[in-house]
Amino acid sequence: MLRDLQTQFRVGLLGGDAAPALASIENDVITPAQRFGIYRNNVLGSLAGALAAAFPVIERLVGERFFRAAARSFVQQSPPTVPQLLAYGDGFPAFLEAFPPAQSVRYLGDVGRLEWGRVDSMFAADAPALEPSALTSLPPEALADLLFAAHPATRLIRSAQFPIHTIWQVNQPSNPDPRPVDPGLGAEAVLVTRPGLAVETNPVTPGDAVFVQCLLQQQPLAAAAEAALGAEPDFDLQGALAAHLGRGTFSRVMQASR
Amino acid sequence: MTTPPSTEFVVDPIPASAGIGLRHPHVTDFVTRRPPVGWIEVHSENYLGAGGPRLAALEQIRRDYPLSCHGVGLSLGSWEGLNVDHLARLRALFDRFQPGLVSEHVAWSVQDGTYLNDLLPLPYTEEALTILCRNVEQAQEAFGRRILVENPSSYVSFAESTIPEWEFMAETSRRTGCGLLLDVNNIHVSAHNHRFEPGPYLDAIPLDMVGEVHVAGHFVHEFDDQAILIDDHGAPVADAVWALLREALRRLGSVPVLVEWDTRIPPLDVLLAEAEKAQALIDIASTGRVRGDTGAPVHAS
Repeated sequence: MLRDLQTQFRVGLLGGDAAPALASIENDVITPAQRFGIYRNNVLGSLAGALAAAFPVIERLVGERFFRAAARSFVQQSPPTVPQLLAYGDGFPAFLEAFPPAQSVRYLGDVGRLEWGRVDSMFAADAPALEPSALTSLPPEALADLLFAAHPATRLIRSAQFPIHTIWQVNQPSNPDPRPVDPGLGAEAVLVTRPGLAVETNPVTPGDAVFVQCLLQQQPLAAAAEAALGAEPDFDLQGALAAHLGRGTFSRVMQASR
Repeated sequence: MTTPPSTEFVVDPIPASAGIGLRHPHVTDFVTRRPPVGWIEVHSENYLGAGGPRLAALEQIRRDYPLSCHGVGLSLGSWEGLNVDHLARLRALFDRFQPGLVSEHVAWSVQDGTYLNDLLPLPYTEEALTILCRNVEQAQEAFGRRILVENPSSYVSFAESTIPEWEFMAETSRRTGCGLLLDVNNIHVSAHNHRFEPGPYLDAIPLDMVGEVHVAGHFVHEFDDQAILIDDHGAPVADAVWALLREALRRLGSVPVLVEWDTRIPPLDVLLAEAEKAQALIDIASTGRVRGDTGAPVHAS
């Protein structure tokens, strides 16, 4: 029955027992195992290739061979559930964090989250960015209670420990000779935005990271600014707001209801 | 929230000329150079994001070219039936871009909700045919239009198969009213891999149901001195496949022909040169032959 055959193929293609699938294949010219192996290579290879396209810096960091092996393990453990490759890979950073052979490179998960944030941003919905006039037209006393709606393509990635932006930037595939980055350099946060059609990746200061995080969580502007100042006494609210307007971090503002 | 499409497209029929598969490395070339090809085809699943640069580029290119949407993830051969969310996403894409043709494969790629990202083979049985036809009908209903289904390339044959592939294809079209996308590279690859002659394949296909033809490259893999052809779309079209295209066009008259290239993608000019070769064969076939004139039976080259 077709149901059995398709079940047997799925199991065998993803690294399980292939014997039941092989039993249904004609033995002709080459062996059923060789013939089935072509499909297994196509499935695992193409999905690993899709991950390589989404995580080029991770591949650069661990090398192609290690990346392919890790990606194939991930594919077998968490194959796609949606028939769109552009949606495949969000679980890969967490997988890398728990992947025993990768335990010596502790920052892979957070750098992977940064790369996935960029993919996610690229395919997010279109929306106009917040116009500066939306703020300048308001009376000053209205600003404190203002709520900000994130642009659909905005992603904030905060590492608790690692300098993810520096690692990501230095290890771009286009850089022929990356210098080593000391993972103990300190935690970094990254803001991914898409003001026009191109995805932008910018480091943000600790205060700005808190500021954006609070606004994304629908806290009013005054509370977000206060939290940012708590995290970074020199936090420059005006400068940060101007930068976010330029980067298209937000799409709308509205007054909090009292 | 999505921005409403900025252009309202109407359906442009796909002309009976050579087109090429639009792949990401060539998008900028298409936007800036507007190369002289009759039409383009995209993989529908690459354009199912909510927004962003990819869709914006397609919208720009669509203004200049008739578009065909070729699916790779619907899994028409799945026992479990089709994913209705996926059908709805595809329908929205078609509503927005108004493709002249919509096509999919006689294959499966989804089992128990897992997407395997390959065009996996069906056993050619009455049960599989029934399931395939049910799914094709569901897709045509969901899209509100006729689709074309493509003959697969394959590496296995099943002991339980009882129907020759060409009859399976013809019968799918007969039962559902769907059109056929005849991939002559796939015929060549499968004929070699299963050691059958391609001629009877073309003889058995109902020509009036063929709405499009594909050509692409493949590579030869040796298993213990036995050559198996791998359909990787990563090379120029082989001479034997051009010959098969010539033979198919001799029977079909003029029909849209697509050149596909998916791995080791070369500069756009290489694809354009392949499309020119296809166009030359279409030009030869369209002079003096009436569509539906099947001519003499073909003999394998």
